[in-house]
Amino acid sequence: MNLSVQLGSLQMQNPVTVASGTFGYGVEYAQLLDLNRLGAVTVKGIRLNPVRGNPTPRTVEVTSGMLNAIGLQGPGVDGFIEKYWPFLRSLNVPTIINIWGTSVEEYAEVARRFDAVEGVGALELNVSCPNIKEGGAQFGTDVNLLRQVVSACRQATRLPLITKLSPNVPNIASFARAAAEAGSDALSVTNSVPAMAIDSETRRPRLANVTGGLTGPCIKPIALKLVWEAARAVRIPIVGMGGIQTATDAIEFLVAGATAVAVGTANFYEPQTAFQVLAGLQEYMERHRMTDVRELTGSLRAGP
Amino acid sequence: MIERTVQILANERVADQYFRLVLRAPEIAPLVQPGQFAHVRILRLKEALLRRPFSIFQVEGDTFSILYKQVGKGTEVLAQMAPGETLSAIAPLGKGFAVPPPGGETPLLVAGGYGMAAMYLLAKRSPQKGIVFVGGRRQVDILCADDFRELGWEVRIATEDGSLGSKGLVTQPLRAELERTTAGRRLYACGPTPMLRAVGLLAEEFRVPAELSMDEHMCCGVGVCLACVIRVKSGDGWEYQRTCTEGPVFDARQIVWEGQP
Repeated sequence: MNLSVQLGSLQMQNPVTVASGTFGYGVEYAQLLDLNRLGAVTVKGIRLNPVRGNPTPRTVEVTSGMLNAIGLQGPGVDGFIEKYWPFLRSLNVPTIINIWGTSVEEYAEVARRFDAVEGVGALELNVSCPNIKEGGAQFGTDVNLLRQVVSACRQATRLPLITKLSPNVPNIASFARAAAEAGSDALSVTNSVPAMAIDSETRRPRLANVTGGLTGPCIKPIALKLVWEAARAVRIPIVGMGGIQTATDAIEFLVAGATAVAVGTANFYEPQTAFQVLAGLQEYMERHRMTDVRELTGSLRAGP
Repeated sequence: MIERTVQILANERVADQYFRLVLRAPEIAPLVQPGQFAHVRILRLKEALLRRPFSIFQVEGDTFSILYKQVGKGTEVLAQMAPGETLSAIAPLGKGFAVPPPGGETPLLVAGGYGMAAMYLLAKRSPQKGIVFVGGRRQVDILCADDFRELGWEVRIATEDGSLGSKGLVTQPLRAELERTTAGRRLYACGPTPMLRAVGLLAEEFRVPAELSMDEHMCCGVGVCLACVIRVKSGDGWEYQRTCTEGPVFDARQIVWEGQP
């Protein structure tokens, strides 16, 4: 049975990775999980300099999901390379580094810095974080800015580029095409959905940032449609994500057009989820007499 | 830190809205240090997905227990669970209290309500017996005084309505004791944030070292999500540190109170 997939030149032994921001820098889960069984480790977003992040409360649980407004707290490129890279480098599976900036130039500079680091698997361009004042979402919701970011990063590195598209656009197909035309090797679809929660008793927002990003099983139907639309618009592979907590969820994303999948919020409540997804996927393929996971990609049949 | 399916051995109402949950967890129990917590997934909860963090109360053989208050969706469902049912636990987690060495400091424990449970193991493992100061709103909020007395500890109680012990806040009898003597003493506290802040201020005023178990809204419990951060002094300024990983117990002098509730 073949489970391996490719995102540009990035080889994954299986199609299951984790979503940026839900897995730290990998090392935090090393006591609980054998990270070498993942398709890839995807780490939390890194910009050039360290970032303090937003005030608390930063997360709130909602029905079948949660909101977060962490604000991309992180150690910056140098801090990441010093503190986390030696461990990630020691793994047998590739690392996908999620990067962001507050300007096109910063995105390109971060990409250039990682281009010089031996052993990086791929860069995921975070153009869709809803929780920071500058940068993040604006690059993912303006198709011209998106094109500029991707092409600046393309010129800065030969590493595979995965552009993480925002769900908050009227027509994801045009954003998918813009990213592909600008040189992106793959797409991640999707990021958290802008949302908010209010405490009716106090009439205050539940997040210090007032608004945040909705994730978890409640966004799965939204994410599935976005993957399906993006997959019909481009030929580059898609990493599907949004509320995956079982193998069935993951298979739906593959059928909608994803080549790989990422487990996100489920890591917070069940760190074993990625492995459960992988086991369930293999069981499904046996049951459906499939020998290659790529048979599932985009295999949606017509009609209900 | 390990993740295991743990079986409920007992889940009984102690008083009012308070329950004592005993879990069979032979691999987790021997690892527990005072002040650490368990991150518990209540599988029966379907629309509320996240784990709930609980301080570990007692450890006996291959079991550990938790003292919890029924306050929301999670604990409501938990309170209905029966012996024989299972939960998923990731434990033990976090950096707990530093047990004083033999002949070292005498611990003064300061607890708000069921925060007292988080300090039981510290009292049990401390070579020096000390005093527990516990405060609550009413008599019913004072939960495990007898458990500490059985360890040979003195318990001083304060309730806001005066229904048990002295009337007022727990910091009043604590202040009286610190005014008597501070030599060779160390404060440990667990409770609501305003109480922790008051204990931190007393520690500063009387120049006594203090370890505070901070309570911040938690999500993953293992250090990846960065939800449970508090401001901690760093160089000339401050940085956010994780309550679940660098804490929950912090040196009182390191905490930046601005921005805390």
